[in-house]
Amino acid sequence: MFYIHCPYCGERREEEEFHPNGQAHLVRPADPDSVSDEEWGDYLFFRDNPRGIHHEMWVHRLGCRKFFNITRNTTTYEILETYPMGEQPTITAETAKVRHEQGVQTADGGWQTVGARPENSTLNEETPS
Amino acid sequence: MQRYSGFSLVKHALSHHENWQRHWRNPTPKKRYDVIIVGGGGHGLATAWYLAKEFGITNVAVIEKGWLGGGNTARNTTIVRSNYLWDEAAQLYNHSLDLWKGLSQDLNYNVMFSQRGVLNLAHTLQDMRDVQRRVNANRLNGIDSEVVTPAQIKEIEPALDTSKRARYPVMGASWQKSAGVARHDAVAWGYARGADSLGVDLLQNTEVTGFKIRDGKVFGVHTNRGDIEANTVGCVAAGNSGVLASMAGFKLPLESHPLQALVSEPLKPILNTVTMSNHVHGYVSQSDKGDLVIGAGIDGYLGYGQRGSFPTVEHTLQAIVEMFPMFSRVRMNRQWGGIVDTCPDACPILSKTKVKGLYFNCGWGTGGFKATPGSGHVFAASLAKGEMHPIAAPFSIDRFHTGALIDEHGAAGVAH
Repeated sequence: MFYIHCPYCGERREEEEFHPNGQAHLVRPADPDSVSDEEWGDYLFFRDNPRGIHHEMWVHRLGCRKFFNITRNTTTYEILETYPMGEQPTITAETAKVRHEQGVQTADGGWQTVGARPENSTLNEETPS
Repeated sequence: MQRYSGFSLVKHALSHHENWQRHWRNPTPKKRYDVIIVGGGGHGLATAWYLAKEFGITNVAVIEKGWLGGGNTARNTTIVRSNYLWDEAAQLYNHSLDLWKGLSQDLNYNVMFSQRGVLNLAHTLQDMRDVQRRVNANRLNGIDSEVVTPAQIKEIEPALDTSKRARYPVMGASWQKSAGVARHDAVAWGYARGADSLGVDLLQNTEVTGFKIRDGKVFGVHTNRGDIEANTVGCVAAGNSGVLASMAGFKLPLESHPLQALVSEPLKPILNTVTMSNHVHGYVSQSDKGDLVIGAGIDGYLGYGQRGSFPTVEHTLQAIVEMFPMFSRVRMNRQWGGIVDTCPDACPILSKTKVKGLYFNCGWGTGGFKATPGSGHVFAASLAKGEMHPIAAPFSIDRFHTGALIDEHGAAGVAH
């Protein structure tokens, strides 16, 4: 069970209030009529499927009903940050590797973790009400 | 290979069953093979066996990073059926069902294939229309499918709640009598034993770390036990296919999700058949040991952890209790998750790739077990001839660029 920090509600809530919606930061081709079949097929069907850091879109379905993004590790299931639509992640596969080498970790690598930006780490100490 | 028979059982009883031959060898990798199969699950082992038996290619290595049949082959709900909507899919799964029928004899290994039938329930008018459409399509493809009424369902499966009091009353179902279940581990072990006896090297605890590619042509793999060469490499790695594809420098239209299943404590015989419901979203059968084998949907997010989330367990059991209220106090014994590689159109990829000599067999998603023999057979034929087998040809990776998708989502009564 994830506890996910909704960046709009500012609260950590249970996974069941949320729904995953696949890879984040997909950009629809600006002029669909001018792209090739390859480009269009890639846009429609081909997704990142990494073992490790993944940026994905979720919706707070039973809450504010807004979409936002999560950076999550797909092997440990650790949620590294959540951030609103339109923003870029602060943690990527490259920066996470550096952090790992420096021995910095935001959570214990268990499968139940907290979603919040590192600078908001006080949120991590809250318990869900 | 030591053959199994009633006679051998009696003979070995005299020596207290202590002298049975090992199922397979544990060989050291050779430098070079004709064909390398990456992935030692059911599909990979089946491919190796058909390569050796039907196509005479015995200089084959199966490379498995863990142990044989330790992935999704050991983590599914063992349902075998072929009532798929579209012609291409129906051909593939029906080819597989035909091979299931003689499999125990072919392998001299009891895979416990039991044709106890599958019910796909309909709970709404639209469900009923879909069932009728699919049954008609099945019959045109020579598949024994029929529409049954609630009264007939009650006869087939008395434990099922077919009353009008249910939250989602059962309006009818499709019934495929020749469908059933099989013993999942035995399938992997039987194929492994058969392939090994024909000279195939099964390399366990050997992980592929990269491909050797020159001028767009594959000529071997890097592994943690050294380089192994072959001009034909077939990848059958289920949830890890995407990881392998990225090593070879291309992407696959796959997403890896955990799919979980559960078994209950053993009960006396109560279920006659396999019952699946797309609408309340769960499926259940009873194993010969007596436990209920239960499955439902995938976790919606990407994940490589071989476990599932608790909300999904709860939804799964809600669905089972909705269909079989009498199971409300049955306790669950074990729960596990497999990593399924789902395709956008819920059909597999059996395909050449842009790297010459490198083939992929993946994307089986939530329904690969039933296809084990058929998938292995057509993939072996494709590897042997260098051209995709006619049944496999429509499942090319090109379909995601040409648009010739085989859209089986939901249409086939697949409970996702």
